[in-house]
Amino acid sequence: MIKVVDLHKSFGKLQVLKGVNEHIAPGECVSIIGPSGGGKSTFLRCLNLLETPDAGQIFLEGVEITGKNIDINLHRQKMGMVFQLFNVFPHLSVKENITLAPVLLKKKTPAEAEDMAMSLLNRVGLVDKADEHPGRLSGGQKQRLAIVRALAMEPDVMLFDEPTSALDPEMVGEVLDVIKSLVKDGLTSVIVTHEMGFAKEISDRVLFMDSGVIAEEGPPNEVFNHPRNPRTHEFLSKVLY
Amino acid sequence: MSFTTVFENIAKIMAQYWDVFLIRGVSMTLLLSVITVFFGSILGSLFALGRRSRFAPLRFLIVAIVEVIRGTPILLQLYVGYFIVPQILSFAKVSDFTSISIALVINSAAYVSEVIRSGIQAVDKGQTEAARSLGLNGRQTMLKIVLPQAIRNILPALGNEFIMVIKETSLASTFFIGDLMTSYLTVKGRTYLSLECLIIVGTIYFILTFVLSKLVGLYERRLKSRD
Repeated sequence: MIKVVDLHKSFGKLQVLKGVNEHIAPGECVSIIGPSGGGKSTFLRCLNLLETPDAGQIFLEGVEITGKNIDINLHRQKMGMVFQLFNVFPHLSVKENITLAPVLLKKKTPAEAEDMAMSLLNRVGLVDKADEHPGRLSGGQKQRLAIVRALAMEPDVMLFDEPTSALDPEMVGEVLDVIKSLVKDGLTSVIVTHEMGFAKEISDRVLFMDSGVIAEEGPPNEVFNHPRNPRTHEFLSKVLY
Repeated sequence: MSFTTVFENIAKIMAQYWDVFLIRGVSMTLLLSVITVFFGSILGSLFALGRRSRFAPLRFLIVAIVEVIRGTPILLQLYVGYFIVPQILSFAKVSDFTSISIALVINSAAYVSEVIRSGIQAVDKGQTEAARSLGLNGRQTMLKIVLPQAIRNILPALGNEFIMVIKETSLASTFFIGDLMTSYLTVKGRTYLSLECLIIVGTIYFILTFVLSKLVGLYERRLKSRD
């Protein structure tokens, strides 16, 4: 689904990614954990080219999206992204947040988009908020809206960038439940998270990123219970979960 | 000179010259301000658009114009307009009013373009990222996501620009355009009562700007309550 070859990225003098190689299979759920500043978010943001890599290649379904003469907007439609700070559109109603992109990009007629929006809202328990503006939603509701907004484009992959880090503790559960149900349905997902219990439970594979490289990877049981890399061990021993 | 005589004089002046202040002066000041803000906003939007152009010389030219206008006195710019515009448009008979209006419009456009630029910049970067991540291109993102939110920052600031312009048009009296400050010069010339005329004109300016700033404030509060 996604193949990453020798990805490098610097911000000024700071080298954030120092050669990342990764292959994400269709239907796989991959969690990325690791200390702050280790390059997790930058890696994720490179996948849909919100950050432009300095070197290396990214292939999406066999197409090199880092290549020249690529219409990245077309490829971004296949990758949904959910942000730490929700980034819902405050000037549009909840329903319009969802229908805007599919209608504007001619994936759906307005009527089809509306039907889909309502069934997506139903799925995340926000039907009664359809005509409200996001300003009236709680953090957890905003994030659930952001998730279905991305789903409305019917993406092949979902990228989650610390989806629960900005939430009040009592709202984390409702958002994680939505993500879990998506993963259960077999949607390919890449999740940057600090929720270790969640990563352990839901992932097919866990990547531990530190200092700009994938320092360790494997099934959750191995990474969490028998880490081989001392850095992984040290990190996990500092994190409560 | 006692306070009572000042008030008596004001009453007398108003009885005789009220139309010079309230009709000719106010209407000319408002007309000049409306023209300035209206065309200034259009030209200012074009400036703001041009500053985002991919064509570097255009960007450079606009930045240069904006910086020069913000960095020189408006009175100087009015003088330049007064002398230069009739020469450039020598084929047409350009009135002083037109020359001064053009100078005011260009001046206002420079400030408006800054207002628009900062209004756009104030929209959270996450909004652009979210729109782009859905597959919208840069243009769609600007039109559907960024500008509708930026307008909320821009409109109140434009209202304030209007208030500034009302005060700045008083400089047009240097060229006897017929605005409120020209009324002051006219009536003072007939009555030799400077202080009284200044109080009258000052009060009118204050009422105009005060009412306007209250309206802008009201509008701003309405925008906020809608969120």
